[in-house]
Amino acid sequence: MLAYVIRRVFQSIFVLLMVGLVAFSMFRFVGDPVENLLGQERTQADIERVRDQLGLNDPFPVQYVKFLGNALQGNLGVSYRQGRPVSEIIAERAPATLELAGVSALFAVVFGVGLGVFTAIRRDGFVANFIMTTSLIGVSLPTFLIGILLIYVFAVELGWLPSFGRGETVKIGGWSTGFLTESGLKAIILPAITLGLYQMTLIMRLVRSEMLEVLRTDYIKFARARGLSTRAINFGHALKNTLVPVITVTGLQIGSIIAFAIITETVFQWPGVGLLFINAIQFVDIPVMAAYLMLISVMFVLINLIVDLLYFVIDPRLSADASSRGH
Amino acid sequence: MEAVSNFLASDLFYRFRKSPVAVLAFIVTAVLVLSALFAPLIAPQNPFDPGSLNLMNGFSLPGEPNQFTGEIFMFGTDDQGRDVFSTILYGLRISLFVGFSAVIFAMVLGSVLGLIAGYTGGRTDTIIMRIADIQLTFPAILVALLIFGIAKGITPPSYRDEVAIWVLILAIGLSDWVQFARVVRGATLVERNKEYVQAAKLIGRKPMAIMLKHILPNTLGPVLVIATISLALAIIAEATLSFLGVGAPPTQPSLGTLIRIGQGFLFSGEYWILLYPALTLLALALSVNLLGDWLRDALNPKLK
Repeated sequence: MLAYVIRRVFQSIFVLLMVGLVAFSMFRFVGDPVENLLGQERTQADIERVRDQLGLNDPFPVQYVKFLGNALQGNLGVSYRQGRPVSEIIAERAPATLELAGVSALFAVVFGVGLGVFTAIRRDGFVANFIMTTSLIGVSLPTFLIGILLIYVFAVELGWLPSFGRGETVKIGGWSTGFLTESGLKAIILPAITLGLYQMTLIMRLVRSEMLEVLRTDYIKFARARGLSTRAINFGHALKNTLVPVITVTGLQIGSIIAFAIITETVFQWPGVGLLFINAIQFVDIPVMAAYLMLISVMFVLINLIVDLLYFVIDPRLSADASSRGH
Repeated sequence: MEAVSNFLASDLFYRFRKSPVAVLAFIVTAVLVLSALFAPLIAPQNPFDPGSLNLMNGFSLPGEPNQFTGEIFMFGTDDQGRDVFSTILYGLRISLFVGFSAVIFAMVLGSVLGLIAGYTGGRTDTIIMRIADIQLTFPAILVALLIFGIAKGITPPSYRDEVAIWVLILAIGLSDWVQFARVVRGATLVERNKEYVQAAKLIGRKPMAIMLKHILPNTLGPVLVIATISLALAIIAEATLSFLGVGAPPTQPSLGTLIRIGQGFLFSGEYWILLYPALTLLALALSVNLLGDWLRDALNPKLK
């Protein structure tokens, strides 16, 4: 068990170092940093001075270690386009993305589990079959088309909800939240549904198949024989036992939600980190791209690591297996 | 001729004929591919020849006639009087070209790396598969975006539009090779211990020849399935990148670019500029996807 944890942690660190190397190479070799900082009227002396300041004359490994050290301290360079520190820009944008991702995840879990239980209990019902079929079509639609469709129906035709932006936000400390104003709450509905729909379908299908399996087991039959109410059996016994895979899948999907926020944020012009990244690509703003890459990698690697370790905590069979095999 | 009659008599073709979904999906795909191939012949106008456009025809409704020639604009026109039907045909060309090229690129790269990893084993295998694992932890679209961004940074600004399509192919292909590598490696691990490979080794064939001429042909079934499913994913990935404004340039619009442009007209009521490209993309992605699903089931010996 301990050996596994240590090996897994080392793997994660290795991945992060590799990603750091990619990010660093982007800085160093994509475009000329000196040219990006100095204007047209530069002298050779200026160039030399800046090269020295940036440490571009150091050997490659030294530069790499310095770069990692800076990144660890939150110093991610200066945006070529906005001329401000990247960490400042990202800190400003992060609340929008995190709020959107949080609401999407909540939507996905609540509706995914609810519909999953429903379709499992009424599995031959018309409504349940209808939900299952629509979910298949929903999965094959590209995210941005779903977003456009929702905008068309709810913003253009019905005029109920706004089609872009975050609405009014309130600043609490350094965090700007859209949860405290009516327009902010209205604005988050459509993007959150667009972003969470795929994960909702995934969770729904998972809960349904797990439930169907559990409902066939002997202890459910026994619970019925004891005369427990259907509600107690479905929710107290069956649902509870399906939650382990649901929790892991949801955990693993959090990373995807934040990554796919890029698309949703573009459709709804949501001022988050994803939109920042897309704009950075359009204008070849390397420091912002590299910073986004590193942030999202840290998140993915951490989530994967935590989920892997959680398996051991949640499922005692795994650690028993591992120890009997002598790992 | 013999090959054709062999195919018509084959198990696969029989199963194909018996599946209405597969036949329908195949027909839709074939119609779309053919109309993309022959776009210059079918399209009523060349949407990128300014001489054939007239601003007076701008925002024609679907079914409205051209004010000068009386031709019907089946899907209407955009703000510059461009026939939407023609732009879709030309856009379909770009989408399919990028999709097919990216999948072929990913297939060749993935199969070769998978073959090498599976056949040589040892450290080479570990390195290749570890890279694959790392890449697999990130969503493909993110990898493609990143490669696109880096490639854009490397190319000088004046060439960017020209090479955009090739960069797109590279980015989508590189984000998708892992699936092929995994499958081919798995199949190679099984095949390399079989007697025919031992025999080939004994008569002194070179490892390269054994890999390419003996093992590779035996891994083609699953590769074909993955290629079909990958094609649907690549088409959607291309559309997504172009929709995000980092894919095909407006001078060579793909379906995704057209949808991006069409979204701008959604609020002023010119729905057709968005609707028809979106429906075409849906039909294409859905039918290729269904074909892939069918092929997977048909080639799966467990389901026979």
